[in-house]
Amino acid sequence: MTSADRTSRRVSGAVSALWSAPTRRATGNALAAMLVAAVGGILLGGLALIWGAALVSLIHWPVGGWAHAVLYIAVVLAGPVLALWAVQGLTALQRSRLRATLGLEIPALPGGAERGPWPVGPWLTAATWRQLGFHLLAILTGVIGGGLVAVCWLAPVVAIAYLAVGRPHAAAGAIAVAAAAVLLLAAPWLARQVTRADAASARTLLGPGRSEALAQRVESLARSRADIVAAADAERRRIERDLHDGAQQRLVSLAMNLGMARERFADAPEPVRRAIADAHDEAVLALSELREFIRGLHPAVLNDRGLDAALSGLVARAPLPVKLRVDVERPASPSVEAVAYFIVSEALTNVAKHAQATRAEVTVTRDGDMLRVAVTDDGSGGAAPTDGDDAGAGTGLRGLAQRAAAVDGTLTIDSPPGGPTVIAAELPCES
Amino acid sequence: MRIVIAEDSVLLRDGLTRMLTDGGFEIVAAVPDAEQLLKAVAVHQPDLAVIDVRMPPTHTDEGIRAALVIRRQYPDVALLVLSQYVEESYATDLLSAATSSVGYLLKDRIAHVADFLEAVRRVAAGGTALDPEVVAQLLVRRRDDPMSRLTPRELQVLRLMAEGRSNNGIVEMLKVSPSAVEKYVTNIFAKLDLPPTGTDHRRVLAVLKYLGT
Repeated sequence: MTSADRTSRRVSGAVSALWSAPTRRATGNALAAMLVAAVGGILLGGLALIWGAALVSLIHWPVGGWAHAVLYIAVVLAGPVLALWAVQGLTALQRSRLRATLGLEIPALPGGAERGPWPVGPWLTAATWRQLGFHLLAILTGVIGGGLVAVCWLAPVVAIAYLAVGRPHAAAGAIAVAAAAVLLLAAPWLARQVTRADAASARTLLGPGRSEALAQRVESLARSRADIVAAADAERRRIERDLHDGAQQRLVSLAMNLGMARERFADAPEPVRRAIADAHDEAVLALSELREFIRGLHPAVLNDRGLDAALSGLVARAPLPVKLRVDVERPASPSVEAVAYFIVSEALTNVAKHAQATRAEVTVTRDGDMLRVAVTDDGSGGAAPTDGDDAGAGTGLRGLAQRAAAVDGTLTIDSPPGGPTVIAAELPCES
Repeated sequence: MRIVIAEDSVLLRDGLTRMLTDGGFEIVAAVPDAEQLLKAVAVHQPDLAVIDVRMPPTHTDEGIRAALVIRRQYPDVALLVLSQYVEESYATDLLSAATSSVGYLLKDRIAHVADFLEAVRRVAAGGTALDPEVVAQLLVRRRDDPMSRLTPRELQVLRLMAEGRSNNGIVEMLKVSPSAVEKYVTNIFAKLDLPPTGTDHRRVLAVLKYLGT
């Protein structure tokens, strides 16, 4: 391919680009951006001018007496408020402009990004200053860029007018025509560049910044995790209810029938009596195992009567003396209370199994938005969370830490060799 | 003896009806919820009501609440509350309103037919029938208090008393002499600051009152 070929191809490409859809869109955007930027420039510039003038007048003490002084002070004070409105209004305008001309949706700022005590608060956020930066930049890039795009497109008209009205020399005319052609062919490229810069700066300056995007992400993650925890809780409750209404009642009925059979056939031959008695014992055992299992799944009393009642039942069933103190004025959410319950339950199981303790103490207190749970025992100490599958104390403790973490809580274990052991959890409760 | 049964599970309602009928009781009504229980008690004025704790509509503690209403409106109706779980908080509610003609048993106990029928008779006769689990929980709740002064043996005797056992029953259970039990009981009342009174029954009530408050 010769260089002439390449040039001609480039020229034909540039010519065909002249009326392509991207070109039309980019040009439309550049011109719209210029218009909006001009409005913004006039607005912000005007405000700055008036505010600056008022400030300077105030510093040089007004000659016009008190009335002027009051006016200047009012303007100086109102300036930031008006500027804030202008910035936010212009941002809304630019967003809808980008949506209309480019179909570009700028992600909304996360709630709180611009908040704070009005009107000072918003000025203390990065988001507001970024927006102001965009509008100032738009005056430069928007007006100049848009202007250049307009000039490029209008170059042929200007050239024709020059040829028609100015009647120049052939050389000058040729130069004018050539220049107009070059500018015209450059117009699509320039329009696209201006639009690209416009979109990029809008994304960076009008959309959420990195920290705001992260904050947004954290917020949505926290929300979805809370949903998952609540869903798991609800599921446990549903299973508990199903078992209670189904299998458990059926098993009670079975055990009762076997019990009645056992009474009624007391005179039956030994093998029959043996078989009935064994079946009866098995049914009773299965019943009590199922009861323990269901209680471990979700204690119904927690829903009905709250944490205090559920814990006092738990403490009562512990195989060692446990002192219980619950001081919770406002109940926490069901998820948090369930976590607190299971932490105490698991901790007491650990104490009974591993600590060789003679007594334990459970305290639950609500401190503002924090639910504090502490389980203390006078055992041998040395408890520590471990990884792994062995069913020792360590895995149970790790499970406790995970349960606490699921509601943004923390679990600390203080268990020096020789004891005493303190397992403490702090669970934030949404107020 | 005339009995009303309130139990939402059809299976258990029929089973209980059959067992109690076999046991020589007359079932005048068997209903599935607390509202119908209150109506049935008003209509039939039974000697005893057997009540499931967890019933429609909320499936929480309807039975306990209904029992408290019955005790207030019809103090002559004996109450036997059944539950899949024994919760100290329910027991406290029940016992703070009633310390005689009252029972609170795990549903598991139904399986031991003779024991269960015996408990029904005891409650109907003005006595008490508390599940060993209930007693254990109530005692633990009090373990910081004068209870800590009791020896393990005295605690054991107190548990049996609180379940509604007579002195003779305790003698049988613990395989000790009647005079030993008598001594334990006297010690218990001394340590709990309860003046000894006439019958076993009244002593049990005194203990229950102490536990229930």
